[in-house]
Amino acid sequence: MINFRSIKAIYIFEMSRTFRTLIQSLISPILSTVLYFIVFGTAIGNNINFTNEIPYGAFIVPGLVILTISMQSVNNASFGIFFPKFLGTTYEILSAPISYVEIVIGYVGASATKSFCLGLLILMTSTFFVDLDIKFPILMLCMLLLSCVSFSLLGFIIGIVSDNFEQINFVPMIIITPLVFLGGSFYTIDVLPDFWQTITLFNPIFYLVSGFRYSFFGTGEVNIIISIFSISLFILLCILIIWRIFKKGYKIKT
Amino acid sequence: MQTIIEIKNLRKIYQDNKVALDDVNLNIFKGEIIALLGPNGAGKTTLISNICGISSITSGDIKVNGFDVVDNYREARKCIGIVPQELSFEPFEKVINTVNFSRQLFGKKPDEKYIENLLKKLSLWDKKDQIIRSLSGGMKRRVLIAKALSHEPDVLFLDEPTAGVDVELRKDMWNTIKNLQNSGVTIILTTHYIEEAELMANRIAVINNGKILLIDKKDNLIDRMSKKTLIIHTNSKINKIDKALEKFKLRISKDKKNLEYDYSPNKKKTGITTLLNEIKKTGIELIDVQTKQSNLEQIFVEILKND
Repeated sequence: MINFRSIKAIYIFEMSRTFRTLIQSLISPILSTVLYFIVFGTAIGNNINFTNEIPYGAFIVPGLVILTISMQSVNNASFGIFFPKFLGTTYEILSAPISYVEIVIGYVGASATKSFCLGLLILMTSTFFVDLDIKFPILMLCMLLLSCVSFSLLGFIIGIVSDNFEQINFVPMIIITPLVFLGGSFYTIDVLPDFWQTITLFNPIFYLVSGFRYSFFGTGEVNIIISIFSISLFILLCILIIWRIFKKGYKIKT
Repeated sequence: MQTIIEIKNLRKIYQDNKVALDDVNLNIFKGEIIALLGPNGAGKTTLISNICGISSITSGDIKVNGFDVVDNYREARKCIGIVPQELSFEPFEKVINTVNFSRQLFGKKPDEKYIENLLKKLSLWDKKDQIIRSLSGGMKRRVLIAKALSHEPDVLFLDEPTAGVDVELRKDMWNTIKNLQNSGVTIILTTHYIEEAELMANRIAVINNGKILLIDKKDNLIDRMSKKTLIIHTNSKINKIDKALEKFKLRISKDKKNLEYDYSPNKKKTGITTLLNEIKKTGIELIDVQTKQSNLEQIFVEILKND
């Protein structure tokens, strides 16, 4: 039987950490997004046109949301589990009558919730800069949620395997940011040379951005089914890695 | 007596092949305070970690209240509270929030009244809205105890509860532990302060190199293992022990004025009468006679020396 009370305890405890630093948690990502809109959407964007139907300012909205929520999800989840490790409070989680699955639901659930709310806030912010008409709102919310969950799972893994704060920051900076930038967040891949188009097809974030963009405009660079399949595969891979980590007790149990 | 924790053939081998626990067998009885006494690295914390699920068991069985800690870990862990050696906290959390968190983490419904009573009992009620970081070391230790007791466990593990704590706070902590025992909680205390074990525990287990070397009631242990020394003060310097006294294995004190004789107070014949008669025959004049009893510390050193 699932121990909902324990999951709720972890979830609320993690969420309360966000509320303690609400301003920093929200202002920084929203300000970054606003700057992207001003620079790319308005200043440069007026001279760019990848698709005839969609203004460039609106075109980059899905990519900007993915950029922010991917970074935030990874940061939230990695810090969420790394911080108890750093403080030495994991003993309490490990000695509690709670399964590994429930621990993951608590931490990843809180991280994904924070990112999901932030994603919605960024969408709201974007409406100040561009006219946004979301074609498939339910699909958009589902894609947003899947993205938040998948990156939170990745962040959870990073938090467990990291030994210090430097390693926590390393993966988002060195891996996630380049993948998001090179995953078609600000352009369509047909503007790239053939070689780089092929390379992009191996970038999981490309499928995420494409699927998310499809939910906005009804058009994406790959079929929406392929996008959903790719995200699901990524989530499954993360779950398998976490399952293995807990089974072995890697960097959690001695 | 009812057994609350049953440990059978427990072994723990770390990845670097270090044997931390080697075939440990131990029964802990309901309502007692048992002290696990041993030097640093003896295996005390590993034993606690194995029982609580913080580290994995290599082989063997542990049951808490009849529940296996691996197969039935949920039920077993509900019975356990643990106070770690390190003062580990979310530093910016309020006292009341962290205690409530612990209660709910262990699957218990929120209970304001119980938490209020608990915090009052630990003299923390007036600090409930304070951020943990702002508390003194002693208060932080109490918060850890409050967290461990928040889900009303039957068993409380205290891992070196007074390590690095000043004398006054240590005495305060001892009172708290005694009060907890009086309220029906079984307490497993690890310590390397002999005085603490001697003062607090009903039973003492001596652990070294991952093995339980000895376990007994504290009083039995002292009776069984203790030696007495008869100190015979003389009015002249003794340079050499007389041949007639050699069989008593006497020692000469540093100032050469006293003779020391070890005997076991539990034996029917201590040899004291014969010794004093023999001394009288040698013509040594006695000024005074006194006895000195070995304490737990000396017993502990003796046990470890023989290991």
